Amino acid sequence: MLKHNLLPMLELTDVKKSFAQPDGTELHILDIPDFEVGAGEQVVLVGRSGCGKTTLLHVIAGISRPTSGRVKIDGWDVTLMEEAEVDQFRAERIGYVFQTFNLLPSFTAFENVLLGMTFGRVKVEKERARHLLHRVGLEHRLTHKPPMLSVGEQQRVAVARALANRPQLILADEPTANVDMGNQQQVVDLIRETCHEESVALILVTHAPEVAEQFERVEYLEQINRAWASR
Amino acid sequence: MSLWKIAWRSIQQRAFSSALTAFSMALGVALVVAVLVIYGVIDQSFRRSAQGYDLIVGAKGSALELVLSTVYHLGRPAETIPYTVCDRLNKESKYTPFIDIAVPVCLGDNYKGFRVIGTKTAMFDRLKWFDGDKLKDYEWDEGGNFAADEPFEAVVGAVVARKAGLNVGKSFPPQHGTAAERGKEHSEFQVVGVLKPTGTATDRAIYVNIEGFYRVHEEPKKEVTAILVSLRTNTPPMVQKGLPNEIARDPNLNVQAVNPTDQVTRLLEGIVGNLQRILLILAVLIVIVAGIGVMVSIYNSMSDRRHEIAIIRALGAKRRTVMVIVLLESILLALGGGAIGLALGHGLTGAMSGVIEEQTGVAVSALQFQLSELILVPGLILLASAVGYMPAVVAYRTDVAQSLIASP
Repeated sequence: MLKHNLLPMLELTDVKKSFAQPDGTELHILDIPDFEVGAGEQVVLVGRSGCGKTTLLHVIAGISRPTSGRVKIDGWDVTLMEEAEVDQFRAERIGYVFQTFNLLPSFTAFENVLLGMTFGRVKVEKERARHLLHRVGLEHRLTHKPPMLSVGEQQRVAVARALANRPQLILADEPTANVDMGNQQQVVDLIRETCHEESVALILVTHAPEVAEQFERVEYLEQINRAWASR
Repeated sequence: MSLWKIAWRSIQQRAFSSALTAFSMALGVALVVAVLVIYGVIDQSFRRSAQGYDLIVGAKGSALELVLSTVYHLGRPAETIPYTVCDRLNKESKYTPFIDIAVPVCLGDNYKGFRVIGTKTAMFDRLKWFDGDKLKDYEWDEGGNFAADEPFEAVVGAVVARKAGLNVGKSFPPQHGTAAERGKEHSEFQVVGVLKPTGTATDRAIYVNIEGFYRVHEEPKKEVTAILVSLRTNTPPMVQKGLPNEIARDPNLNVQAVNPTDQVTRLLEGIVGNLQRILLILAVLIVIVAGIGVMVSIYNSMSDRRHEIAIIRALGAKRRTVMVIVLLESILLALGGGAIGLALGHGLTGAMSGVIEEQTGVAVSALQFQLSELILVPGLILLASAVGYMPAVVAYRTDVAQSLIASP
């Protein structure tokens, strides 16, 4: 499925995810036979609400376990790892940009970025945190806490935090959904540029066509997810 | 970023409820500190006063009553014994070789509530006082000891000088009996010396020449309330230990002899010690209740914090890590509250030092720590870990995916 001759950074093989419902039946959310993303590649995943976009990102990040199938990142099969190993893997190799930013309100912008490198075995580099905040244009906001920042600024802090641990893969879950129209393009540009600068693979999930059309590789979740097609 | 800092930020986020929780812990710890310091003061005060001499010889009866009356001037003076016993101990008894000096004391008068004690110059020239560390000679703040041939001279303790205004050159008429009895006033004695503070019962007493004491009482027979005996330093320990019984069994003397330190130890470890234990148990129970307050505070905040915990987990924190963060939060609250409690307890002690010194003669300062306070640190950490465990388990079990999807 790789469109270029890139080494695969992410490989999904027969990944299924289902949830038990109160009536005893299974609700199938994901059924992806094959999906790959190359190292440093930027992919946009387009899908409507409820088609399993967030669940897919959770499965890739190891936040949720797939019901079956394989998830390999940089050759490492995370489905074979213990939970604590997956946590550490995520702390060291994956960056996550949430739709609702998910900054911790009692931490300053600088500390929120530091948190991104706190839980793995990576070195906590204060200079890198400062550099990233400078890169996203917030060098004057280091000591501000999220409630003191605008929505656009909060999302920029979230981008800096996702890059803090020098990840190999960034997962961005509808990063423009809560940002005003004026800032949407800036956020997309920022994520794409920083991922490019840091040679990080990017999977950006969106339902906005104007965001999707900027990417060279566009995948439609309704097409790659057989569970959606069968519903 | 350290996990301590993450825990601290969480406390800051709930500043008001955290402050209240820490304050309740502070009150409990302040109470524990107060009990420990006050017991320390009582202990020190009692033990200091009971040293400086080795034996108290007095009329047969309650040994504790004799010690309380002679050393601490508490209760009514005991029955009397003939003055000749003192002379015999000093000069012609079989115990004399072991005795450095035997000093008579006569109780029975007061001035403005302070005991007036008839004694001999040896009380201050030969006996010593214990400063909690070593025996020391009495020192004079003003003037000096009364003269053996001046029957109406007196010396006063530091507290008496301050509270009754008895400085060198002042005269005063002792009143018969205790202050409550309002007995008749005797002839006046003149103050010739003011002792430096000792932190013992001496600070709160007036010492007059025993000759003058006998003259104002106009009694035909010379009697004494007790005799303070200081043994020679080379007296073998076995003899020291056996002397009280030997003297008590001596039919020629018909008195009892007690080791004041033994009696005070029994008193402190018996009645006072039990009282301290009860107070300490109550104070520790208050600290435990405050600890439960910490648990309730953190536990109640957990439902609001699931989203935050999920974010931290999504950033790669292990279950164990978020559990540790919650435990650290509990420890910080308990130790923070404990530190405030320590400061509060010692601040109160410092503020009350004047009153404590006047009542007990023991000088205390806000910076005077009891060794037993050290137990508070591991105790609070243990308590905080125990009460933090339940909310920590909630953090441990947080479903990351579900909590991330839920609105913050």
